[in-house]
Amino acid sequence: MSGAHAHALYYHGHSRIHALPAECKIAAQLLFVFVVVATPREAVWAFGLYGAIVAALAVAADLPFGFVVRRLAIEIPFVAFALLLPFLSSGERTDVLGISVSREGLWGAWNILAKGTLGVAASVIVASTTTMPELLRGFERLRMPAIFTSIASFMIRYLDVIADEMRRMRVARLSRGHDPRWIWQARAVAASAGALFIRSYERGERVYLAMQARGYEGRMPSVGGVAATRAAWLAALTVPVVALVVCLVAWGTLR
Amino acid sequence: MTPALDVRRLAFSYPDGTPALVGVDLTIERGERVALLGPNGAGKTTFVLHLNAIYPAQHGEVLVGGLPATKEHLKEIRRRVGIVFQDPDDQLFMPSVRDDVAFGPANLGIEGDHLERRVMTALDAVGMSAHADRPPHHLSFGQRRRVAVATVLAMEPEILVLDEPSSNLDPAGRRELADILRSLDITMLMVTHDLPYALELCPRALIMNEGRIVADGATGDLLADEELMEANRLELPFGFYPALASERPTA
Repeated sequence: MSGAHAHALYYHGHSRIHALPAECKIAAQLLFVFVVVATPREAVWAFGLYGAIVAALAVAADLPFGFVVRRLAIEIPFVAFALLLPFLSSGERTDVLGISVSREGLWGAWNILAKGTLGVAASVIVASTTTMPELLRGFERLRMPAIFTSIASFMIRYLDVIADEMRRMRVARLSRGHDPRWIWQARAVAASAGALFIRSYERGERVYLAMQARGYEGRMPSVGGVAATRAAWLAALTVPVVALVVCLVAWGTLR
Repeated sequence: MTPALDVRRLAFSYPDGTPALVGVDLTIERGERVALLGPNGAGKTTFVLHLNAIYPAQHGEVLVGGLPATKEHLKEIRRRVGIVFQDPDDQLFMPSVRDDVAFGPANLGIEGDHLERRVMTALDAVGMSAHADRPPHHLSFGQRRRVAVATVLAMEPEILVLDEPSSNLDPAGRRELADILRSLDITMLMVTHDLPYALELCPRALIMNEGRIVADGATGDLLADEELMEANRLELPFGFYPALASERPTA
C-alpha cells in the first residue's frame, strides 16, 4: 500500500468513486444500509440484487476482490453468533443435511448474515476509497458538531505518536531485562501505562499551547473546502435510490 | 523605525513564587537574526512564551513592532510573533500537512484562494510543497520540523521564534534547515544549545541566565569569551573553535 496515505483501510486509486466528495459517499452508504435493513428477509432475490450493486461498486472503485474479502473479516465474530441461531432457537423444526434445526433460527441467521455482510461491504467500499482527512471533512460538511470531528481528528493524528511512545517504553523495559511472564510482573507494565498517560496529558497541554500560539481561540477554523456539486450528490444517491426501488418491490411481492 | 521587538524590565514568577524572569531588557531590530543562549532552567522558554502573550507580563512590557503584547491585542500579537516549538509532534496536529499549515492563517480569518496561496507559499519556502496532502506522521523528523516552520510562516509573522530548531535533526537535516532559515527574509530569534548553529546563523547572540540577560554581543565574541561561557554553563563542542570557524560555510 502506498505510504503516502493516511490509514490502513484506504486503497489508493483514481476511480470515479475515489473522486466523489466524502459527504456524498457517507450519506449514500448510510441510506443504503437503512434500505437493506428495512428489506424483508424472505425476499432472498432482493439481497442478491443488493450484493450485485455492492460488487459493481467495488469493481467501479478498482478494488481487488481479495482486498474486499479480507476487510470483510471484521464481521466474523458477529457471523459466529448468527451460525448458532438455527441450533439455539425454538419453534418449528426442519431438517438441513439430516440435522434438525429451527426454521425461525435459520431465517434469523440468514437475516443477520445477509444484512451484516452488505452493510460491512458498503462501509469497506467507502473506507477504501476515502482518505481519513477527507472522511473528517465529509462529516464536517454533513454538519456533524465540530467537537466530534475535532476529537476524531486528534485521535487519528496522535494514535501513531502514542503507539510509538508505547513501543519505545516497552523496548526500554525489555532492554533492562524485564521479561513479564507472571501476573506479579505486570507491575512494570501498569507503571508504564501510568507514565504514558501522564506524558500524553502533558503533550495535550503542549499541543494546546502551540495551537494558541497560532491564534486558536476555542473554535476550529473550517478548512472544509468547496461543497459537493449537485451532480456528485445525484451520482452518489443513485445507489440508495436503486436499492429503495428493490426494497419496495420486495415488500410488494410479499403481500 | 520601531524595533521588531522591544522588551523592557520584564519579570515573571510562577504561582508558587519561584522567580523565572527577573528584569529582562532587550531590543531586536528588524531583519536581525539573534540567538538566545543559556543553560537549562535559565528562563528561555518562559521568556519565549511572553513574546506572544501566552504568559501575560506581570511586570514590565513586551512590544512587538511597537504593539504591547497584552490580552487586548492577542490576535495581532500572535500573528506578528510566530513560534516554532521544539517537538514538531506538538505543533502538527491536523490530519494533513495542508490542513495544519492552513490552521494559523484560518484562525486569522483568511479563507478560500487566498488561504490556499498562503499555504503553498509557506510550504514552498521550506521545500515541502510536494508533501501537502500527506499526514504529518508519515514524514521524517526533519520534514516535520520544516513543516512546523511553514505552519508559522503561513501567518506571515514579523518575528520568527525558534525553540531548539536543530535538536534531534541528523547533520543533513540540520544543514538543510539552516539553508532554509538563512533564505527567509525575516527577523529571527533562535533559542538554542547548539552553539555552532548559533554562530552559523546569527550574527548577534544574547546569553540568559537566572532570569536575566547577562551578555549581548556578536556571537563569535561571546563564544570566544571563556570566562563568560563558563560562568553561564555554556560549553563549546569538542574541537570547535569559534575563531577558526568561518561565519558562513562555503556552500
